[in-house]
Parts: sequence; structure tokens; C-alpha cells
Amino acid sequence: MKNFIQTVLAEAEYQPTRLLQILRAVQTQYQHIPAEAIVYLAEMLNIPKTRIIAVIEFYSFFHLTPQGRYDILISDSITDLMLGKENIINYLSAVLDVKVGQLSKDGLVSLNNTSCTGICDQGPAALINGYPVPRLDREKIDEIATLIFQQMPVTEWPSHLLVVADNIKKSGLLLNNLITSGSSLTASLTRGLPDTLDELEQSGLRGRGGAGFKTATKWRLCAEENSDQHFVVCNADEGEPGTFKDRVLLNSFADQVFEGMTLCAFTIGARQGFLYLRGEYLYLKHKLEFILQQRRANGLLGKNILQQGFDFDIEICLGAGAYICGEESALIESLEGKPGIPRNRPPYPVSQGFLNKPTVVNNVETFFAAAAIAVNGGAWFAQVGTEKSAGSKILSISGDCESPGIYEYAFGTPIRTILNECGAKQVLGVQIGGPSGVFISNQELDRKLAFEDLATGGSFIVFDETRNIFDIVKNFTHFFAHESCGFCTPCRVGTSLLKNRFDKIVEGHGSAGDVVELELLSKLVKNQSHCGLGQTAANPILTTLERYPELYQQQLKKISYEPGFDLDAALDVARRMAHRNDSAAHLIQVED
Amino acid sequence: MSNTINIDGQTIPFQEGQTIIEAATAAGVYIPHLCHKPGYTPHGSCKLCTVNVNGRNCSACTFPAAEGQNIINNSRELTHDRQKITQMLFVEGNHLCPSCEKTGNCQLQAVAYQLNMVDNHFPHFYPHREMDASHPDILLDHNRCIFCNLCVRASAEKDGKNVFAISGRGINKHLIVNSASGKLKDSAIDINDCAAHVCPTGAILIKRTGYQVPIGQRIYDHQSISTVALTQEQEHGE
Repeated sequence: MKNFIQTVLAEAEYQPTRLLQILRAVQTQYQHIPAEAIVYLAEMLNIPKTRIIAVIEFYSFFHLTPQGRYDILISDSITDLMLGKENIINYLSAVLDVKVGQLSKDGLVSLNNTSCTGICDQGPAALINGYPVPRLDREKIDEIATLIFQQMPVTEWPSHLLVVADNIKKSGLLLNNLITSGSSLTASLTRGLPDTLDELEQSGLRGRGGAGFKTATKWRLCAEENSDQHFVVCNADEGEPGTFKDRVLLNSFADQVFEGMTLCAFTIGARQGFLYLRGEYLYLKHKLEFILQQRRANGLLGKNILQQGFDFDIEICLGAGAYICGEESALIESLEGKPGIPRNRPPYPVSQGFLNKPTVVNNVETFFAAAAIAVNGGAWFAQVGTEKSAGSKILSISGDCESPGIYEYAFGTPIRTILNECGAKQVLGVQIGGPSGVFISNQELDRKLAFEDLATGGSFIVFDETRNIFDIVKNFTHFFAHESCGFCTPCRVGTSLLKNRFDKIVEGHGSAGDVVELELLSKLVKNQSHCGLGQTAANPILTTLERYPELYQQQLKKISYEPGFDLDAALDVARRMAHRNDSAAHLIQVED
Repeated sequence: MSNTINIDGQTIPFQEGQTIIEAATAAGVYIPHLCHKPGYTPHGSCKLCTVNVNGRNCSACTFPAAEGQNIINNSRELTHDRQKITQMLFVEGNHLCPSCEKTGNCQLQAVAYQLNMVDNHFPHFYPHREMDASHPDILLDHNRCIFCNLCVRASAEKDGKNVFAISGRGINKHLIVNSASGKLKDSAIDINDCAAHVCPTGAILIKRTGYQVPIGQRIYDHQSISTVALTQEQEHGE
């Protein structure tokens, strides 16, 4: 084991900041992080053993106990559930003879749920040893089971099992005007970097991750920070359930994304950049490395770019299964090899980001757009969209529609138009911006895609009238409780309290007081939490309580108070010990 | 003195680099807190010190004081939210004040008194948490840990030992000990370490000291935590 770990450490240059990459390698080799490895890593990296354990226990993809040689994770996103995920996981469990959440007796297979694989347009989906297997059905499962029993490595499986489609259904301003490699750098250098930043300002481009901060302002603020080092980080931790447009941009247009990062590096004076790729997109890494290599060969990356004396390079860092790492300061913590816990702000990353140096963190789509703006100019971009939301937005559409996939629309487009074009019928509502966004009902379809109305990072999940609101809210509420980093009290405890209270109501044990309490608790978690996760975790409950109060009321018992636990059931052990089950050994919990 | 902030209508001076809570404490204004302690790197996790700064909620222990800040500290809403957050800390672990030897000396309990908390309000989680009684002088009872991170910071920053860390995610967070066995007895902690004495609850206790001061004569039996904290923390500032 020491020899193997030595090799891994040498590759990571003994840098504790690369702890996630190191642990990934160990996990792949041993299907867990053995105790012996932890002791050795702590010694060799000169960090406390506790820091390594804290990282392992924080990220979903790291384990202290062995997983199967085939580690199967089934996506538990609402879209996968709508496409029959329960049926699929039960069938897998039966065929492979392993219970969900467990390891098979021979250690061959482990089967678990995972929050979202980012293939919501092609569910139900699985990750097997990190590789995506979309559109699962019984036939495919039988085929997979045969391959697993033959112990065939996943890398050698037939490609039809592992192909993830782009599904680009509608192109707009950006996807119709792809730039050629290097053209934005040449254009910027010809025009001059300060003028290029002015063009970016004129374009009105706002961050595409969802928050919508002006991109030019962010770059300018970072450039003005006096420091020996600046960094560029591309946030490709696309964890919002229902979002997959960054996956498509990276799969097919990564060169333009890297170009945008390089442009940013020129502007702010950075020599190092990172693409923080969500762990679920491991399969893209090889391809992305190849593109980086090509850019280096073409003089667009590395030393003395375009013979202009600029040095800049990009490193790909993989996450390990934590939604919170999409929050920019948590992402930076993760890049530094730590648990992804959002930092206190101020200071903001533009002044103290990676290693406390000035850092620009932007979404994949933002860099993609910035590169196009550098070529085509600010006015070209600003002519599309609305006053406060310039340009277009790339959407990931999934759920109940005929053609799920990628759609690009100008800002200002009514939701109704989008739904018509993706083939959504008898719409009950749309979840815009993923679970952390807003649920809009079919009465609000004339609302517009725009920062001034419905802002979004790009996730559109369509629900038709056959769907149950409570199934949706339950999935989202459990998701947030699972993904809370646990740093601050209101989110750590609050998201779990919300989950328990919501379940109590949905399971038919709620009374009027429970709905009042649910709403108060939702507001508390929203107002008092440390970061965006906690501040939005109650949105599914709050937005549906507002739109469907009668649905919640129908779930309630007609009494003023209903306890959260079943007293009679709790006496079951006592009854068995006393060998009696007569009526006197039972309790009626609450009488009207 | 040109630099001032306004807290609940009161003008308070501040020095460049001070956080809101530091400026408030120096001026004799109490803002409830558990994870904050003067002399330690601010953490901002308990969220009891949340104040409203120009319309936005911020942690007073991490947010820098700046000219023009209009701060609300004492409002019905904030007191209500702080009380609810304290109740969350109570139901998350297993806090049995009457039988805890820290009673009367416990900051969590004292903050609950201060906020007029008369019940736990939320359903209990009743988590299964273990006790580590392995160390000859120090007892670690995970049932009462509130993840304030003070022992972690004390051990790293004051004692130079890194004995503690907080591990896990979400509601599964837990305190871990840096030793081969994971037990306190095999760690580098010593009874004289800051980390052994900094716990605001009864999670880290010094053995054989529990009832030296009788119940009824303890710190918070007669004084409110606002008075105690202001006295101690102002002294620290001087």
C-alpha cells in the first residue's frame, strides 16, 4: 500500500491542497480509504489525521468502509424518480442480490442512491465506478448484471451503455456563433485588454451560475487587487438537480470555455486557473485534458501564450459528491483540499479567494459567453435580451416534455413559449432554477426568463398534471437536508427539522399547528442561514405553501394537535416482552 | 473619534479592523453568542450573534464594523430567531441540564436563560452519541457538543496540537479526536491546555471538579450571561 500511495503522492507533488485528488486515487484502488492509508497520508503530507477524516466524511464519494468492486450509484433526482427510478433500483437490487445501501456478501457490488448525476434528460441514470449509465431499463440492467458477474472492467463495457447524449434542441445567440480556437485572445490583444474589459462591461453579461453578478465588475475588482498572485476558477460543479448544460458545454465546446478562462487570466493577471469539475463528470476529464494539451501545443495555454509574454495554465480538479461545493467559497475550500464549507464574507473571493489570493470564480457558461463577447463585441451581445438581462440563457430542460435537452433562449422569453417548444403538455407547474429556485404554477406561464422576473442557473423541470406536488417537495426537502454542510445551526438542524415536519404532514400525521410551524421554520432557515443553500432550502415548501395551501390543508387531521411519534407503536417492545396484546395493552394517542 | 456605528439607536465608536461584536462589547453592548470568543479566530457558525446591518442579516462576530452601519441588535424578531436557534441546539444533541455537572456554569444554558427559553419547542432528534471517558483528567461527552469549534481552534491556535476537528456533513456532524485510537487518552491533550477549558457547554469537562462549587452558587445562577460576558470579554479587550 505504501508504494501505491507514494506514487499517488508524487503525482500530486505532495501538496495537501490536492487532498481530494489523492483520496480519489486511493478510493479507486481500494474501494475505500483504509485506516492505514489515512495514517500514512497524514504523515507524508504533514497534516493532522483529523483533517483527512473530516474530508472523507464530508464528501459522499469517499468511504471509510469498503464499497463494491462495482460501486453503483442510482440518481435520486426528481426527474429520475419520474422516469421510474424506484422500479429500476429494486430490479437492480434483485438481479445483483444486494440491498440498497449495502455491500454484497462477496464484496463485488455496492448499491446506493446519489443526489443527482447531471443526466436528468436521460434518466433513470446510474454512476458505476464513476461512469454514467443513462436511460436504464430492465434489458440494460440484465446486460450490466452479466458484465458485472463476468467481472468485466467498466472501461471495457460496450459503448451503447455508457454514451451520454448532448441533446441540443435549440441554439441561440451563443450556440449559433461559436468562436474558433484562439480568436477571442487575438481579438482582445489587438483591441487591447482594457478595451476588451469595456466591451464586456457594455455587453451587460451577468454571471450564469444564477446569482447574476456583473462579470466585468467582478474581473475589474479582482484585477485591481494588489497581490503577487491572482487565480481564475471555473465553477463546473453543476450540482443543481435538473441542470446539465455545463456538462454539454464541456463535452462539446470546452475549448471556448478554456478560452474564456484564459481571457480572464489576461485581464486580471493570473498565471494559474482551475476547472473545478463535479465528481459525477469524471468521464469528461480525459477529453478535457486532451483539449488543454492541444491548446498548449497551439500556443494558447502554458508559457508565453501567443508570444505575448503571458503565462497561464489550467488544472482540472474533481469534486467528490457535495452539492455545497457549487457555492463559490465552499468550492475554494474544496480546491484547497478541505471540506466544502462556505466561508464568512467579507472578504469576498475577488480579494481573498484561493489561498487567500484574489480569485475570479465564474460559471462555465459565463466564460463561454465572455469568449464570444471578446470576438463579437459588447453591442452584439447586448442587442439580445432585456434591459437588465442582456444576451441569452442556456437552459437544461427535463421532466414531463417530449424533447428534454438543451435550449438557448434570449432573456425575456415567456415561459409559455419555452414549454411549447420543448413539447410540454398539460403542465401543472415548472421548477425554475432547480430545488433552490422557484416552483411556478400553470397560472404563471406568461412570466419571463430574466433576472428581473425568473432568474435561473438554467434548470427547468417540467411537471404535468399527473404529478403530485408533495412527491416533488419531499424529494427536494430531503435533498437539502442531505446536502447541508452542517456549518451553521439554522441550516444544519433546520433542514432536518423541515424534512421531519414535512414528512409528518405528508404521511397524514399533521394537524393545523404543523403547517404553521412548517412555515415559521421555513422562514427562520431562510433568513438565518449562513449561505445560499440554507437560504433557499425552504423554497420548495414556501413556494408550494403559497400556491397550494388547500393541498396542505387536505393532508391534515382535523384535530388541534397530533404528536410527532406513535405512542402505541412505541409500546410494541413492552407488549412483546410482557407476552400480551390485549386491548388494555394498547393506547389511544389523542382524542378529539 | 470619527469612526462610529449605530446599534439600536446608540452611537458606538469602532476602530478599523474591528468586527461589529468587538465594537459592541467594548461599548458595553451585549450581542448573544456561543461560538465567538475574544482572542480566537471568528467562526460565525452558531448564528446567535446575527444582527441586522442596513437591512441585511449578518453575523456580528465576523462582519467588519464600518462607517454608516445602522445595526439592529435588540428586536423582537431577532430575539425570537435567536431563541429558536438555541432551541435547535438543544434538540439536536442530548442536553439534560439538571443532571449535567456543568449546570450553572454552562454558556448554552445561560444563553437560553437570557433568551427566555422555557421549552425546547422542536421535536428531539435523540441522537446516539458516545462518551469518551478514556482520558485520566478530561471527559468528552459528545451528547452536549454544539460544533462551536472553540476546542478545535483552541487546540490548533493556542496549544499548537490539533487535537480536535469537526467531521461529517449536515446533521451527522461530529467532533473527532486526533489520535491513533480516536480516543482522548491517546491524544496530545493535557489538562492545562486551552482546549480542555474552552467548551461553552458540558461536552468537555475536567474530571473531579464537578461539584466543588455547589449548584446554586455557580456563575449563571446569580448573574446573566450578558453581564458575565461583557465583564470577561471587555477585560480581554483591555
